[in-house]
Amino acid sequence: MLRVDLSKRLGEFSIEACFASEGRVTGLFGASGAGKTSLVNMIAGLLRPDRGIIAIDGETLDDTTSQTHVPVHRRRIGYVFQDARLFPHLDVRQNLDYGRRMNHLAENSAQHTRVTDLLDIGGLLDRRPGKLSGGERQRVALGRALLSQPRLLLLDEPLGSLDEERKEEILPYLVRLRDEAGIPMVYVSHDASEMRQLATQIVMLQRGRVTAFGGAEVLPAAPARA
Amino acid sequence: MFELSPTEWTAILLSLRVATVATLVATPLGIAVAWLLARREFWGKSIADAVIHLPLVLPPVVTGYLLLLTFGKRGLVGAWLAEHLGIVFAFRWTGAALACGIMSFPLLVRPIRLSIEAVDRRLEQAAGTLGAAPWQVFLTVTLPLALPGVLAGMVLGFAKAIGEFGATITFVSNIPGETQTISSAIYSLIQTPDGDTAALRLVVVSILIAMAALVASEWFARRALQRLHGN
Repeated sequence: MLRVDLSKRLGEFSIEACFASEGRVTGLFGASGAGKTSLVNMIAGLLRPDRGIIAIDGETLDDTTSQTHVPVHRRRIGYVFQDARLFPHLDVRQNLDYGRRMNHLAENSAQHTRVTDLLDIGGLLDRRPGKLSGGERQRVALGRALLSQPRLLLLDEPLGSLDEERKEEILPYLVRLRDEAGIPMVYVSHDASEMRQLATQIVMLQRGRVTAFGGAEVLPAAPARA
Repeated sequence: MFELSPTEWTAILLSLRVATVATLVATPLGIAVAWLLARREFWGKSIADAVIHLPLVLPPVVTGYLLLLTFGKRGLVGAWLAEHLGIVFAFRWTGAALACGIMSFPLLVRPIRLSIEAVDRRLEQAAGTLGAAPWQVFLTVTLPLALPGVLAGMVLGFAKAIGEFGATITFVSNIPGETQTISSAIYSLIQTPDGDTAALRLVVVSILIAMAALVASEWFARRALQRLHGN
């Protein structure tokens, strides 16, 4: 369970968010500029809230009253960025292995195979990120985050930089991930149809405030398709 | 005419040793300083930056004299080091290395700093979310990505160290076999009546060393770039 109750000022803009989600996939839904990325950065530990609490499964990660702030590398929260952020000096295999090495985890070839199969990236292992397509890069970024064995996975508009065709290519992998990987996720998007396909609980964010919380019914009605 | 005399060989080998030691000792320090200047805000940062660049703009003889005052036998630091650790810089080749290291430091630091500033901080953040502690992020992401700058800084520093003259001769004098580098040997030779050909030989050697350093740096930089751009 993810519990967030915080406020943060960023220049003229402020975020005040309070929600608790049990969902397998918590969707953070809102227009760009609604504060989604800042909120996710705070959950990841890349940004510190001015006031409030962030807790996962009862473990406090941030609590401003007791000055608690677990540093980003000790949170065990995976993060898939919109721009993938693969390490350009490492090949795909080394990128995938990075989290395991940093966390001093034992090699687990069964898990490695499961993840590479799930994401269909077994054939890319010897390539450099510079030689991958946008969709491939995003799949490798997903695999890299999964293999660091996080307890929560943050996905910040992972399809945002892809064209429609590529989005359709990645979405099924995300659905498989939700159903098979067993890791709770926070999925950030401004796209209602992605939310409908993936999220089990939705937090609607508008101008830094939570304006609705619940199932798919909080989403704006789907436009009628011709 | 092209035969190098033992004295000339001694000067060449000493220059190489002095410049190599100066570069190897200064590099880790230079990386640390470059990282601090590129990635940290602290009180007195602009003063620290100015002090590091001082040897570039001060007359070398002034730097040499300041070294003599601090690291000489009766100098504040020099006396302490000699008494407690048995390290003597005055009139030793180690003093030449110290002078060269300080003179070349700004040239070493600058490219490293620029290349660290150019490393995408979002990659460092990503490494953090994958469980890398800050020092691991530095060793596995920042430093490898800044490698071309580190190599450029090392080559530039080495080239400066091997050509250093003013501060070295002021601080450790011009003692054959101990502190007489190529530069100070050339200086001595052109002051002696029949030293011209010997001086010319050393000039050719300096040019060859400089050329080799430049070619090596180009080669390293190209290899590093290939690595970085994921081919």
